[in-house]
Amino acid sequence: MAPKCKTGCGKNAILKRPKTGDALCRECFFWAFETEVHNTVTAARLFRRGQYVAVAASGGKDSTVLAHVMKELNQRYDYGLRLVLLSIDEGITGYRDDSLETVKRNRDQYGIPLTVLSYEDLYGWTMDDIVKQVGLRNNCTFCGVFRRQALDRGAAQLGVDQIVTGHNADDIAETVVMNVLRGDIARLQRCTAISTGTEGSIPRSKPFKYTYEKEIVMYAYFKKLDYFSTECIYSPNAYRGYARAYLKDLEAIRATSIIDIIHSGESLAVRDAARLPTQGTCSRCQYISSQPVCKACVLLQGLNQGRPRLGIGKSSKVQERARETEGESGDRSEVDSATVTVGAG
Amino acid sequence: MQLTVEFSGGAELLFGNVKQHRVTLPDRGDGDSVWTMEGLLPWLRDNLLKERPELFMQGDTVRPGILVLVNDADWELLGQLSYKLQPDDTVVFISTLHGG
Ligand SMILES: [Zn+2]
Ligand SMILES: [Zn+2]
Repeated sequence: MAPKCKTGCGKNAILKRPKTGDALCRECFFWAFETEVHNTVTAARLFRRGQYVAVAASGGKDSTVLAHVMKELNQRYDYGLRLVLLSIDEGITGYRDDSLETVKRNRDQYGIPLTVLSYEDLYGWTMDDIVKQVGLRNNCTFCGVFRRQALDRGAAQLGVDQIVTGHNADDIAETVVMNVLRGDIARLQRCTAISTGTEGSIPRSKPFKYTYEKEIVMYAYFKKLDYFSTECIYSPNAYRGYARAYLKDLEAIRATSIIDIIHSGESLAVRDAARLPTQGTCSRCQYISSQPVCKACVLLQGLNQGRPRLGIGKSSKVQERARETEGESGDRSEVDSATVTVGAG
Repeated sequence: MQLTVEFSGGAELLFGNVKQHRVTLPDRGDGDSVWTMEGLLPWLRDNLLKERPELFMQGDTVRPGILVLVNDADWELLGQLSYKLQPDDTVVFISTLHGG
């Protein structure tokens, strides 16, 4: 039989918390989970009264739980926020169709308005069309780069003050490990920040920075929250790499590894003399970019010129190729800066 | 012994995309009819799983990242592999490895 709840409430425990090892009952777990997110949010002063906040909603477990908890905390602690769900439709038939249905149910269940923006609206291409051009080798590069900008562009269209994403402690620890392996000092410095985005871009924050994936999934399970889980049809098995498997192995040995890795990332100091890439703006779409032309614009140029491999590979080579071939044919829209106000306000 | 076994969070994809299964575990015939989680896991792999066994098990336990509950309690509270199954127990496997 399961042990009694650690709090002494008298009920049977249903979960062993990975962070502390405590055994908690259902109600005490809900309370602990929500209170910790609230403490994270208040300690980092993430929100100000009256702010308009977009919850990046994919229909998956993390963003579904985030939408639920944001609504809950906004009411319980009277944050005074106006919330909106923001979903990106990559245009993947049979994958995104189903998850968008999930987001629509979340909209109705939580009473939060929903805006859906498609890659086709933003870039002139659906992922289905892109896969027809580039095949199944580099399609995830396109999808990832476009998604990153799509959220910002969507947020700018909505006029929100900030975006919250469902990135959890496991995701952040994974990113720390990846950036160590790649030797990417600039990203390593930024990736543990709970809130990112300064001059010109809309801030993004991660209320689940210290929340374990296990607890998010258990919370969804015990609250019977409706989320969508399947593999992207274009990248079966690609959903997690070696870094994730490595982390999960570590967690099985010692559950606090996840938080320990985040703390290591946070306490990392870079010598003042180290040269870090400076953030500028893309000369074509004005989106923030460390290169003269942002990755999305280079990828788009390749697609529109029928040379989809243009934007794949080392960034120095890519920039060179993009410059050489610029203007060869300017047909379907580049990321259209006229319709977007990222960076302007 | 009969059990209900459920898969979700993407784990069902390995089991013919069926979320709930009613399974009957055979008597072991040696007078010892005790089934533990340690015995159940390879039995499910060999009798119910349809594809990619390496995404379900690693060594003699579930792949890290798959959560297990018995009668709605975290199996980490119940001794994990050593838990002795009772008739009509409900065992739930939830993958945390699919999509965010
Ligand atoms: Zn309790
Ligand atoms: Zn650009």
